[in-house]
Amino acid sequence: MYTYDEFDHALVRERTEQFRGQVARRLSGELTEDAFKPLRLMNGLYLQLHAYMLRVAIPYGTFSSNQLRQLAMIARKYDRGYGHFTTRQNIQFNWPKLSDVPDILDDLADVEMHAIQTSGNCIRNVTADQFAGVIADEVDDSRVWAEIVRQWSTFHPEFAYLPRKFKFAFSASEHDRAAVRFHDIGVIVKRNAEGDLGFQIMVGGGLGRTPMIAKTIRRFLPAQHLLSYIEAILRVYNLIGRRDNKYKARIKILVHELGIDELSGLVETEWERIRESDLKLPDTEIQRIREQFAPPEYEDLNDDDPAFVAHRFEDHEFARWVTTNVVAHKQPGYSIATISLKPEGGVPGDVTADQMEVLAGLGDQYSLGELRATHEQNVVLPNVKQVDLYDLWMALKAEDLGTANLGLVSDIIVCPGMDYCGLATARSIPVAQRISRRFADLDRQLDIGEMKLKISGCINACGHHHIGHIGILGVDRKGEEYYQITLGGSAGEDATVGSIIGPALPSDDVVDGFETLIGTYLDLREEGERFLDTYRRVGLAPFKAALYQETLHAAA
Amino acid sequence: MPLLKSGKLVDDPWAHWDDDQSESPEGPVIVSLKRWRDDKSQLLARGTPLGLKLSSEQTPGEVHEDLQHFDVIALDFPAFTDGRSYSNARRLRQRYGYKGEVRAVGEVLRDQYLAFARCGFDALEVSDDETEEGYQAAISAISTPFQPGLDKTQTAMSLRQRRMRA
Repeated sequence: MYTYDEFDHALVRERTEQFRGQVARRLSGELTEDAFKPLRLMNGLYLQLHAYMLRVAIPYGTFSSNQLRQLAMIARKYDRGYGHFTTRQNIQFNWPKLSDVPDILDDLADVEMHAIQTSGNCIRNVTADQFAGVIADEVDDSRVWAEIVRQWSTFHPEFAYLPRKFKFAFSASEHDRAAVRFHDIGVIVKRNAEGDLGFQIMVGGGLGRTPMIAKTIRRFLPAQHLLSYIEAILRVYNLIGRRDNKYKARIKILVHELGIDELSGLVETEWERIRESDLKLPDTEIQRIREQFAPPEYEDLNDDDPAFVAHRFEDHEFARWVTTNVVAHKQPGYSIATISLKPEGGVPGDVTADQMEVLAGLGDQYSLGELRATHEQNVVLPNVKQVDLYDLWMALKAEDLGTANLGLVSDIIVCPGMDYCGLATARSIPVAQRISRRFADLDRQLDIGEMKLKISGCINACGHHHIGHIGILGVDRKGEEYYQITLGGSAGEDATVGSIIGPALPSDDVVDGFETLIGTYLDLREEGERFLDTYRRVGLAPFKAALYQETLHAAA
Repeated sequence: MPLLKSGKLVDDPWAHWDDDQSESPEGPVIVSLKRWRDDKSQLLARGTPLGLKLSSEQTPGEVHEDLQHFDVIALDFPAFTDGRSYSNARRLRQRYGYKGEVRAVGEVLRDQYLAFARCGFDALEVSDDETEEGYQAAISAISTPFQPGLDKTQTAMSLRQRRMRA
């Protein structure tokens, strides 16, 4: 894991002091709310429906047991005893008092954490594949590059007031677990034919009211040019990105309106002038960062530990959890275990202070003190010995953290919706809870197979509904909550924006409607097909017919 | 408006000659790109120093062949949330090698001073109650930056690299 040196420590402390001053100026009335807003936003502090919300950065989703313990302390001391993991690998607290926020930031700084650039029209906290460094299919540990970009982007003086927010995501695998194609810049670490490391740079992906898949602006950028090239992209975007309409201000609109070739030309011109500048990465600096992510001392073990195999054979529930929540580690004898934060009927992504402490303890006991947050709002223990999996699972089960539903119906991405958010037009959490209860039978979920269900409470699409295999979007119709359903989206390397199936359903019908869609898939599926495969083979029509026919029957 | 030049409150020798102002102020004037284009020869004939003000929508590239005529380039922040002039300042310094004064005008707030300094501004038109101490505090808020800028401050990367070599 990356460990702060004196420069990182100084930076977050100074930032805390600066923000303490800004809060004091706000509380004294010297700053108006309008003047304070961009300042607090740049430090992750939102004003929501009922209270302030503080979003804490977890760069590229990697954090330690010690850090999680501190988050638990903060949840208890300043909040209502829980936190919420977001779709950008951050954690947010929903009820802090403005006057407490500087102290919270100090407590975060004690464990090398902060809330810098977790909101505002700046370069946001950088995300990456949650399995970086431990998965066999990666070319490189993408966190090395995400950390380099995190540092470069932190308080970048030129890019604090961009036309709109700007999100980076990193992956180093063919298999995209970080939705890189739906970010303003998606970076895929590659090796060229000569074996040199470099990057495929994609630009202009995003969700919101105009979902778009990123386009490749450079097929292979040599590693040392990473910062100069992205600085060139940001400079061009800062100067010519639209500022007349906030819904057209993301770089995806610029890519769409200019075309990727013209944008690429402008970026190349800018880049030519700065590529040999101080932004060029020295090999020694890359190496220095890389050493921070050196693999821990693994024991020399073999796969398929006999005790693990026996437990898996004897205990159906455990076997099911291993099937859904555990994937192979690149180190023999180890596993990557994802802990579902989606218990039956729960609020996806929510975790209590008690659960945080349990997870921190389990991280120490079983995962070399390291954890990861996923964009799908779960937590990963990346370094678990196979021989420990059974004990780990028993401990998780005792805390309602052992749900075997990863990638299944009830592993739902959900935005906070109208329960918290000032922008929402409908509630989203209760819909997820109702679906989760309807599909409580985990064997039934396993039979249905992979299902990426994503729910947003408004068109801004924080719940990623466009890229769910099934997406649900809450809309307001004359004060009534309705839900529009999309089918066929995918966040992965086969990136697809889903298609709207038809008229929105009233809240009372949405769970039945969802079940009808699942039933239709089960009727139509061929051997080995996931929902998405069946949908791609048969198209929208049979689902549409079934959904609206049943709704009509229900109305008759 | 008070002028902070390299951190000191100084008398501003420059007057803005706005487009809606028919009479020319005495002495050194800062004019818009429109006035420069319309009245270039008259302006050069004044014999006084000239400055140019660019809106956030105008870029130094539009006028780079004329830059030698100007002792000041004023870059506008119509709202402090409009960040284009930061990039224009960097282009002025880096791409066009402009050595004169680069001045921030418009909504120029204390919380932005450090960013101004790091993007190549050396003069700020500030509000009446601003002080040199306030300026010093604002630009000292972050002691070691994490990316190269146009101020003289050493970046964290360069300090770390130097330590590794030592």
